[in-house]
Amino acid sequence: MNIIVCVKQVPDTEKVKLNPETNTLIRDGVENIMNPYDAQALETALILKDATGANVKVVSMGPEQAKDVLKDAIALGADEAVLLSDRVFAGSDTLATSIALANAIKAAGEYDLILCGKQAIDGDTAQVGPEIAELLGIPQVTCAMKVAFEDGKFLVERENESTAQTLAVAGPVLVTVTRAEKEPRFASIKGKMKARKTEIPVLTGADVAVDEKTVGLAGSPTKVVKVFTPQVAKIESEIINEEDADKAVDMLVEKLVGAQIITR
Amino acid sequence: MAINVDKDKCIGCESCIAVCPTGALTMDAGKAIINQDSCVVCGACISECPVEAISKKEVTREVSNNEGSDIWVMVELEEGKPMGVSFELLSVAQELSKKANEKCCAVLIAGDAGSIPQELIAAGADKVYVVSGAEYADYNNELYTNAFCELANEYKPNAVLFGATVDGRDLAPRVAARLHTGLCADCTALDITDSKIVEWTRPALGGNILATIICDEHRPQMGSVRPKVFKGLEPDASRTGEVVNYQVKNAITPKVTIVKKENLTSGNGIKIEDAEVICCGGRGMGDLDKFKVLEELAALFENSAVAGSRAAVDESWISHVSQVGQSGKTVAPKVYFVLGVSGAIQHLAGMKDADVVIAINKDANAPIFSVAQYGIVGDANVILPKLIAKIKAYKEA
Repeated sequence: MNIIVCVKQVPDTEKVKLNPETNTLIRDGVENIMNPYDAQALETALILKDATGANVKVVSMGPEQAKDVLKDAIALGADEAVLLSDRVFAGSDTLATSIALANAIKAAGEYDLILCGKQAIDGDTAQVGPEIAELLGIPQVTCAMKVAFEDGKFLVERENESTAQTLAVAGPVLVTVTRAEKEPRFASIKGKMKARKTEIPVLTGADVAVDEKTVGLAGSPTKVVKVFTPQVAKIESEIINEEDADKAVDMLVEKLVGAQIITR
Repeated sequence: MAINVDKDKCIGCESCIAVCPTGALTMDAGKAIINQDSCVVCGACISECPVEAISKKEVTREVSNNEGSDIWVMVELEEGKPMGVSFELLSVAQELSKKANEKCCAVLIAGDAGSIPQELIAAGADKVYVVSGAEYADYNNELYTNAFCELANEYKPNAVLFGATVDGRDLAPRVAARLHTGLCADCTALDITDSKIVEWTRPALGGNILATIICDEHRPQMGSVRPKVFKGLEPDASRTGEVVNYQVKNAITPKVTIVKKENLTSGNGIKIEDAEVICCGGRGMGDLDKFKVLEELAALFENSAVAGSRAAVDESWISHVSQVGQSGKTVAPKVYFVLGVSGAIQHLAGMKDADVVIAINKDANAPIFSVAQYGIVGDANVILPKLIAKIKAYKEA
């Protein structure tokens, strides 16, 4: 079985804070990480590798520094990694990104399963996975919580707002992952040593036969016309800072009764 | 196709550096310089620069297709009924379509349409496109994409709104890629220009910034819209509209099949998105037993539900169907009790439209207090049992 995992290097947005006075982002000390949902997708691939001996190839698109997350993936147990990097991709929206990645995947050879994180935490669009699947003409299952392989078919567990489903599909298929069956593993010493020695091949748009007009800004149907920081409305706040917990609760309940939040 | 800084104009104020989402801008000898490798050409710095020293080189694009009229809403069903978000979308679509002098249309793909088209007309639709048949009883990406794209190719909408639900966000990108058009995910504000271009506004970087996006050269313009941001219209049974029953011409056999399906309930059966009072716990609850105490608090209110932050879901204290936040659900209850949740921006994104927020947290500086009307600085596990006892005593007195 051949598995391709798409990963993205993202700023750790959970650590990005807003400066409340200037309403601007505080980025000091915010590192770049492997998108957490992609880490779940990689773990899902590695669980399948443990069970079936699958070959796991990791693909990323991004600047040179994105090699870091590909090395992390090798350290965790991926067999191969490749970086798609070219200035022609700069400014790509989700469709243009999907076109670039779909081309890279076509160039990567045969595959049975493509795994992506359900969304990247910087853009939060959840669109690149399904768009790649459409461009490759293969079916998709999004937001997986578990992926198993039985009798020649992938069994994917997913949930929407009201139901839990198990879906069956034969490969090739693209699955986006919310959560792996278990917590992502840590890299072994051996894995880290392998990663250090691995040279990550870098492919350009020309290497994967991308038509330049279909990627980057020129190939992006959507355009960002304005970026701004949200206006946070100041609210009247009555926060009780009282050492004595009983007193604090008395005060709160009194306020909530006054506001008719607690009624008889 | 790149962002450029005009060194002669740059006054070295550094305001562009603060807004750059990728850290591509740095200072060099008192002037801003840009690292083209990390720049994603988002344009955030352009609007921030006070002296217009930053600009973007315009790119010529190929106009592929820009014909289309009407604003469409893809209706999503749950147990055979339209989800709340579908009515919210109809209300937005009606507003946009009035402004653009177009029609507000609903697309209904269902096992059995029944009286749903009339319900959609009462909720604001001028026209309802119906595709029905046993094969559409359950959502299937391949069947729904096929049917929707046929409709779109035949009737050519100007714009399409999808609910930013799990299945809405499964379908929309697939459709967008097939129609080769742009798609904006999880929008929280929408407007339309005189030339009928939709301006989609959405949070990015975990809600730290908002971006307004357009797709002016491709049709349909597409976006998914976050549930609970807009309000549905009061149903008006006297409204009239047209119903178009559409037969899919190119039938397909889906490769993905459902082998098992079960309904998810959250505790007492009330979904967090429907609850009027939510008691949400986070990492600060400590362990599962302590987390469970939240159920006692919820039990003191009518139409209430227990929810969790991402941390609580990661700890398996509660199912992810009850998760509030960027990667969970958006809720807008009347009352939101929030205990042991620090209030990362991702959490705030999911609950900031609650009418009243009551926070209990050990850390007086926790961001959750910045959105709370009431609160106590203290250990949630000490406060919660006392709060439950005190409310009970009041109710019984």
